Amino acid sequence: MNQANLKHDPYNLIITGVGGQGNVLASRMVGDMLSRLGFDITIGETFGASQRGGSVMSHLRISQKGSYSPQIPMGRAHMIVSLEPAETLRVLRAYGNRQVKVITNMRPVRSISVISGEQTYPAPETIMGWIRDFSESAWFLDTTETAVRLGNPIFGNVMLVGALARTGELPLDRDTFEAVVRSRMPASKVPVNMEAFDAGGAMIEDGRARITNPFYRDLMQACGQIG
Amino acid sequence: MSIITGNQNKAERPLMMGNEAIARGALEAGVKVVAAYPGTPSSEIPKTLGDVADEMGLYVEWSTNEKVSLEVAAAAAYSGLRALCTMKQVGVNVASDFLLHLAEYGSRTGLVLVTCEDPGSLSSTNEGDSRPYSKMMEFPLIEPGDIQEAKDMTRWAFELSETVRNVVMLRSVTRMSHASGNVTVGDLPETDVKADFQCNGEFFDQMTGPVMTLPSTAPAQRLRQHEGLAKAIACFEESPFNTYTGPDRPGLLIITSSAATFYCREAIAILGIEERVGLLKLGTTWPLPPRLIEKHLATADRVLIVEEGTPFLEDNLKALFADRIETVGPTRFHGRADKTIPSVDELNPDIVMAALAGLLNLPIDHSTADYRQRISAALEGNVPDRAMTFCPGCPHRASFWLLHEALKLDNRRGFISGDIGCYTLGVADCGFRAVKTVAAMGSGVGMASGFGKLRRFGLEQPVIAVCGDSTFFHAAMPGLVNAIHNQADMIMVILDNAGTAMTGFQPHPGIPVGADGKPLPALDIPTICQAMGARVEIADPFQFDAARKTIAELMDDGGGVRVLVLRQACALSPARKGKKEWTVSVDPDKCLGEACGCNRLCTRVFKCPGLIWDPKQKEMRIDEFVCVGCGVCAQVCPQNAIRVEKVVNS
Ligand code: SF4
Ligand code: SF4
Repeated sequence: MNQANLKHDPYNLIITGVGGQGNVLASRMVGDMLSRLGFDITIGETFGASQRGGSVMSHLRISQKGSYSPQIPMGRAHMIVSLEPAETLRVLRAYGNRQVKVITNMRPVRSISVISGEQTYPAPETIMGWIRDFSESAWFLDTTETAVRLGNPIFGNVMLVGALARTGELPLDRDTFEAVVRSRMPASKVPVNMEAFDAGGAMIEDGRARITNPFYRDLMQACGQIG
Repeated sequence: MSIITGNQNKAERPLMMGNEAIARGALEAGVKVVAAYPGTPSSEIPKTLGDVADEMGLYVEWSTNEKVSLEVAAAAAYSGLRALCTMKQVGVNVASDFLLHLAEYGSRTGLVLVTCEDPGSLSSTNEGDSRPYSKMMEFPLIEPGDIQEAKDMTRWAFELSETVRNVVMLRSVTRMSHASGNVTVGDLPETDVKADFQCNGEFFDQMTGPVMTLPSTAPAQRLRQHEGLAKAIACFEESPFNTYTGPDRPGLLIITSSAATFYCREAIAILGIEERVGLLKLGTTWPLPPRLIEKHLATADRVLIVEEGTPFLEDNLKALFADRIETVGPTRFHGRADKTIPSVDELNPDIVMAALAGLLNLPIDHSTADYRQRISAALEGNVPDRAMTFCPGCPHRASFWLLHEALKLDNRRGFISGDIGCYTLGVADCGFRAVKTVAAMGSGVGMASGFGKLRRFGLEQPVIAVCGDSTFFHAAMPGLVNAIHNQADMIMVILDNAGTAMTGFQPHPGIPVGADGKPLPALDIPTICQAMGARVEIADPFQFDAARKTIAELMDDGGGVRVLVLRQACALSPARKGKKEWTVSVDPDKCLGEACGCNRLCTRVFKCPGLIWDPKQKEMRIDEFVCVGCGVCAQVCPQNAIRVEKVVNS
C-alpha cells in the first residue's frame, strides 16, 4: 500500500488531446499506476466523438479517501497534461486556476475550421504566452518528432506520461510504469514504451522544456493575491 | 488472465471501466448467454464478455437489433440459463415491443436488461430516458451509484430477477459506463448448467408451461407480475444499495441516484455543508420502497431531487408523498420541476453546487472569478473550434462528395434522407450538408419510401436514402421492402464500410465473424436487395470516375427503387488501419492556392483533416501524420496538383 502523500486530495489531473492521439490509453496507464500504489482512482472520459477528430478529455481524480465524481468541477484542475496546444487552452479556460500546472505537446492538430480557413490557429509563441499567463508553471514539449523516430506519433502519449512522472507532482515511477505496460501489452512492445517514457522524462530534465511563469507574480499582484 | 476473469487478491482492487464492472458482475452471477446490438455508451459490455467467451464458456452474440437481442436472451432465460442483454437508450424503444410481452409473462431464470443512457447526448442524437418503461411495463429498475456498485448490483440483479421472476432493468449513464474506478471483485462461480426448455406443463405454469401472452391470460399474468413487484419492494426496503449519509434531521434532504450521486457528494464536500444536508442515495428506483422513503421524508421539510434524465424519480417521490402526507408532514420539493435543476442536459458537480448554493443562500466562491474573467477575455475567439468530422480517409466523405455532386448537377433540389451511424455527420459540412433528415435507425429509407410516393402530389425532388451496412440489417430492410413493394421512386445508397464503425467496429450479419472472433457465415447485401426485387449496382467511392458514372445512370433510371452499394472499408478497420495505399504529395508548380481558380476546393470544401492550408505560403500541403493515404483528394483537385504514388508493401 502506498505511503506517499498527495499534494492535494483529491488530486485533479486532466489529460486532453484530439481523438486518435491515445488520450484514453494514457489516462488508463496513469490510473493503473496510481491504483497499484493503493490510491483510489476515478477516471471520467469523453470519447464518443473521439475517433472523428473531436476534442477528448480524461479527468483523473486521485485520492486516499475514496472515489470522486468522474467530472472535475470547473476551475479545479491541479495539472493539465495535453497532447495538443489548442486543447490545452480550451481546458485551461474551463478548469484552470492560478495554481494549475501544465505540460503540453506543442504540435498542433488543425481542426477542419482551420483547414478550411474559417478560423486561424494561433501562433505557437502566442499559445505559450497564454499558457504562461494562466498557469503557475508550464512545460512545453515537442513529443511528436521523437515519437515518430520511435516509429509512430502515437507514442507521444507515453512520452507525456513519462514527462508527468518526472515532474514529481505525483508518485509515479518507472518500475510501476513498466509493470503496467507488461500487464497491458505483449512483451515485444515493452522496450519501445519504456524508451518513450524515458524520452518524455528527459524532456522535463532538459531545462529548456521547463518554462516557469515569468508573469505569474504580476498576475498574482493584479489579482490581489500577494504584495 | 484479464482483470475481467481474474480471481484477484481482494486487496488489489483493479481499475475497471463501469462497463467492465458490469461485465464482471454478470460473470460473478454466472451469466451464460449475452446478446446485444452495439450502441455508445453500452458497447464495451458485450465486447468485454465476447473476448472471454471461450475461457468462461459463454455464448455472446452481436444481434441484428435490440429487439432480437432481447428475444435471444429471453430464450436462454426460459431454458434455465442466466442471460444478459445490453443496449443504449434508443435501443430500448426498438426492444419495447417484445419487452412488454416479456414483462407480462415474466422470466424463469435471471434475465437482466442493461440500458446505458446518454444524458447530454454526448454520443447520441437524443437524450433518452428508459426508466419510464420499468413503470409503464411494471418490472424492477435499479441504478448503480458508483463503479463498485455497477459490479455488485449487476451480480445482484440476476438474483433479484429470479426472486421476482421477471426481467430486471439496470440503468447506467455515460458517466458511469465510461468512467473508471477501483473495484473489489468477488469470486467467479463454477457453473455447469444445462439448457432445457420446459414447455409441456400447464398453460399457466410460469416455469413449465408454454411461453405466451394471450387476451385471456393477460389479467392473471399481470397479477402475477404485481406479486413480483411486491417482492421487489420488500427487497428494496432492506437493500444495502439505498444509503443515507448526513445528520438525523437535515434542514435539506437530497434524494439522488446513479452518477448524480457523485456530483451530490462532491458538491456537499466542496461547500462544506455535511452538517446541514442529508444525502439519500437510491439504488432501487422502481418500484420505490415506501417505508424507507417515508422515514426519510419525515426528517426534512425540504427535499432536492437530483437525477439524470427526466424527472422520473421526482414525480414518483411526489406521488408517494401525496399518499403519506399525514405522517410525513409538509414538505417542499425542489428539482427539475421548479427549475432548481435545469430541465435538460447532463448534470455535473457545478450544477448541483449552484442548486445547493441557491437553496441554502450560500455565498459563491469568488476567488477564481477574476482568473475566469481574464482567461475568457484573452482567449475569446482565439481557440479554434473542433467540430466532429469524418476521419481522414473515411469512405463517407468520398461518398457524400459524389452524391452531393450528382444532386447538384441534377439541379432539382434533391436531398438525402439520412440514418444513424458515422454518416449522420452528413448533415454537417463534412458531408457537404447533403443529409436533410435524420431520425431513428432505418428511418432514412422508410422516410424516402414516403417521399418517393409524393410525385403525384407534385414533389419533384430526387430522393436518396443512405444507411450503413449494420443499419441495413438492423432496421432498414423492412423500409426497403416497403419502398420496393409500393414502387417508391428513390435511390437507396448503402454505405458498406464492413462493420459497425460508429460504436467501435463491431461485426454484424454481413461480416464473416462473431462476437467471440470465430467465423460465421456472412449475408451479402447486394444479393439480398436483388432478391427483394431492386436494381442493384456496386461501386467503390474511392474510384470517382466509375462511381460517378453509376450514380448518374441510376439517377436517370426514373421510377422504382434502385440500390447502390458504395463499398469501401472504414478507415479504422483492421483491413485499412495503419496501411497507406498511396503516398500523397502536392505539386507546388500546379497548386496555385487561391490564385488557381479552384477556390481551394480541397481544403475549403472537401476538408479532409489530412490536408493543410498554409495561409502564409498560400499553398496546400499534406499533413503526413494525419493523412492515411486513401488518394481521394487527388481526384478532387481540378488542377491535378495532388500527386499520388502507389505504396509498395514489402
Ligand atoms: S469511424 Fe470509419 S466510418 Fe466512421 S468517420 Fe471514421 S472512417 Fe468514417
Ligand atoms: S489522401 Fe488526401 S483525402 Fe486521403 S487521407 Fe490523405 S489527405 Fe485525406
